[in-house]
Amino acid sequence: MDDLLQDFIAETRETLEALSGEIVAWEAHPADRARLDAIFRFVHTVKGSCGFLDLPRLERLAHAAEDALAQVRDGARTPDRALVNAVLAVVDRIGEIVEAIDAGHALDHGGEDLLIAALAEGSSEVIAAAAIGAPRTASRSVRLNVDLLDRMMIGMSEMVLARNELARRLRMNAIDPAVEAALERLSLTVGEMRDTVMRTRMQKIDALFSPLPRMVRDIAATLGKSVSLEIEGGDVELDREMIEVLRDPLVHIIRNAIDHGIEAPAERRGAGKREAGRLTVSARQSGNQIIVDIVDDGRGVDVDRLIAKLAAIGVRSERELRALPLRAQLELMFHPGLSSRDSVSEVSGRGVGMDVVKSCVDQIGGRIELENRPGHGLHIAIRVPLTLSIMSAIIVGVGKQRFAIPRQSIDEIVRAQGAAIRIDVLGGAPIATVRERRMPLLDLAELLDLPRSGSATAQMLVIVAAGPGSYALAVDSVIDNEELVIKPASPAVMATGIYAGQTLPDSGLPMLLLDGGGMARVAGLDFSRDLDEAFGAASAEPEAPGLPALLFRDLDGAHRAVPLAAVDRVEQVASSQVCHAAGQYRLTVDGRILPLAMQGTIDGRARFSVLRLKDEDVEVTYAIDEALDIIALPADFVPARVPGRAAGVALVDGEQIELLDVLWVFDAHADRATAREAPLCLIAGDRDGWMTTFVRPLLESAGYRVATALAAGEAPAVILSADASDAPQADAPVVRLRRKRQAEAGDDSVYRYDRAGLLFALEARVGAR
Amino acid sequence: MQRLFLIAEVAGRTVAIDSDQVESVVDIGEVTAVPRAAKPVRGLAALRSRVVTVVDTEAALGLNGCSLARRAVITRVDGHSYAMLVDVLEDVAPFVLKPLASGVALEGAWGTAARGLIERDGEPILAIDLGALVPGSTLLPDQD
Repeated sequence: MDDLLQDFIAETRETLEALSGEIVAWEAHPADRARLDAIFRFVHTVKGSCGFLDLPRLERLAHAAEDALAQVRDGARTPDRALVNAVLAVVDRIGEIVEAIDAGHALDHGGEDLLIAALAEGSSEVIAAAAIGAPRTASRSVRLNVDLLDRMMIGMSEMVLARNELARRLRMNAIDPAVEAALERLSLTVGEMRDTVMRTRMQKIDALFSPLPRMVRDIAATLGKSVSLEIEGGDVELDREMIEVLRDPLVHIIRNAIDHGIEAPAERRGAGKREAGRLTVSARQSGNQIIVDIVDDGRGVDVDRLIAKLAAIGVRSERELRALPLRAQLELMFHPGLSSRDSVSEVSGRGVGMDVVKSCVDQIGGRIELENRPGHGLHIAIRVPLTLSIMSAIIVGVGKQRFAIPRQSIDEIVRAQGAAIRIDVLGGAPIATVRERRMPLLDLAELLDLPRSGSATAQMLVIVAAGPGSYALAVDSVIDNEELVIKPASPAVMATGIYAGQTLPDSGLPMLLLDGGGMARVAGLDFSRDLDEAFGAASAEPEAPGLPALLFRDLDGAHRAVPLAAVDRVEQVASSQVCHAAGQYRLTVDGRILPLAMQGTIDGRARFSVLRLKDEDVEVTYAIDEALDIIALPADFVPARVPGRAAGVALVDGEQIELLDVLWVFDAHADRATAREAPLCLIAGDRDGWMTTFVRPLLESAGYRVATALAAGEAPAVILSADASDAPQADAPVVRLRRKRQAEAGDDSVYRYDRAGLLFALEARVGAR
Repeated sequence: MQRLFLIAEVAGRTVAIDSDQVESVVDIGEVTAVPRAAKPVRGLAALRSRVVTVVDTEAALGLNGCSLARRAVITRVDGHSYAMLVDVLEDVAPFVLKPLASGVALEGAWGTAARGLIERDGEPILAIDLGALVPGSTLLPDQD
């Protein structure tokens, strides 16, 4: 709403400025129709916007003026001096109120009724020209036409190209250091300027995502489904043109996901899924691309039915369609005139759709990737270039032709005949070994079916990073490094899958930009093994991707892990900063004294690392030998039998890793500052430590103090018990947790995974006392 | 109603192109090949500061020949510029677009491109839609 209000203020102010001339002219010639129309339009617009923005005062003024002017336009009234004066006063007043809204100060209502009365026919009200010198806040935004931004961008591109040309020409001969320095400065300025200009075109993708929750809710309600939507990455910035192009495809994909993908609640229950479907929409930047992922956990695409349908409408015979590779079969969903649903529904399924989505994405040089898990959902990834703009690229030559490769996707460039390079053929597939790193070798000339120039073998290897893996791309020569203005290529060119766009370098001859990932796909390089390793845990258990944790070597040599969320940062400290004081080790850091926890000893070390663990205001440090890695903890770790230093043990890469109990670290070391008056919750009968591990953090975050045993003189506000047999020792209400989901008759216990229910029960019983 | 048509020769046949589809007529300079692209894509050419996709109209019509023409009609389809190679440009004149005579079966891809016919001094000329000749991102492999 604030944005809309700002827009309204800017627009009104701008129109008012333009209108001031008209008003004066109208005053001189009240019969001038064109002037009258301009003023009428202004009050009409203000009235409309005010109704929308809920600004009743402005609306009333504008409405009155509009009425009077409408009468004049209809010829029912002739404009006289009094009317002109009255309208001008209203217009002035609108300006004042708008300024007041912008500055955020109040403006009294005085005289507004008079202003309106003065508009009435035959009124003789005298309007004192209100000359309130309201301080006008300096406007900090200007509204620009997108065309202007486009022209600026084109100009910028030309400037970059001219700079390149100039640099090349100057460097052909010996260059005067003074000229070199000036050129350097020019380059720097142009570079900064380019970033600024590019930013003017960027918009947060949130502009695309913010209407989604409402839309998903409405569509789901229409279809009688329940869908929970998760949105991530709204901060990612994208060229505003791209955002506009992506709007319709995104809406369409989401409609499809809810209508065709996510099943009705009953069907989901039957399939053992939770009733509410999950839909995740996220955006992230990867190199020079933005990837928008739309993931649902519905039934996925029924490829068989897709093929049957296409065969039925006579696209190809069923046999031919089945002969296509799996990926191509799935991509048949982009075939025009196809609706995979048998009945037409209100929301989608009219047979227009995915083909339009594809053509929109094609248009901006993007690509759609599909990952179908029948019965478990569909993952659609839309990849679009970051911007239709300038990119740093390496120019390579193959045969007589030149191609550009984006700098970001290149790891390194080596000579094929270099000492540390080996090229072998393994099972018919060429592989390159670059400094002990083995990777597939792709010959660009073979891939593109181009004749080699001169020598029979490639001269240079460009190591290209393609998603999960890297490969070596053999080319004849590496020519140059150039800033290029990249434009999307036409769909027929993009359909090859190996180009990311086209450009026009200084040579005046168009050049194609190669797509590192696309070439690997087309050549059939398979990095899925790495992918499986990277995503194996995640895809097997999409519900619980595992807790990210920091793996470290402790002072006593053991490998331990600590949940990443608890670690504020890792720091190197000197032993001289540590002092054993007031019964425990303390560390002086950043001018503060922090408790230092450790397992082992720091004796004999000059320096060591500390983990700075932070929980709201409380901060504790924990001494370690070395931070090793960030890992994902499996969800099923074994909890410790006795609460203490370790929360449990997890199996990570076949090794037992102890999980440091952050609660212990805080509990045993943090300087007490907890609210004494917080209700005390006693955990009774916690034999396996389950409650201490899982329930305790929940209780503490909900504002309870938690104890497993009572200190002298303490009385619990409530007792939490795992077992009916554990007789409560104190006079306090008891909340029991049960293991089964269903309660038996007369059982008032709470299912132990029902967090909300537990907190509610605790609150009810503490409150009842 | 009369509309302006460009009369050109494509693949040895005279055709009429609605002038609404024609942005300009140019002579194409050097063409950068696009390896692995579909056959109708001759390559890319520079047109002042723009890059256009050069379409071999003969291949787009499914004919075996390959056009040697350097002259092209520039047209815009879905935000992209294409240079459609034509053998000869004859004329620009207003004509009335008429439906094809019923029962006429056109050969090959001419059928998909045909929009009707115009009559020039009694000679019927096929009116074609350049957009239909622009190769898209085909989902299905070529059938041959």
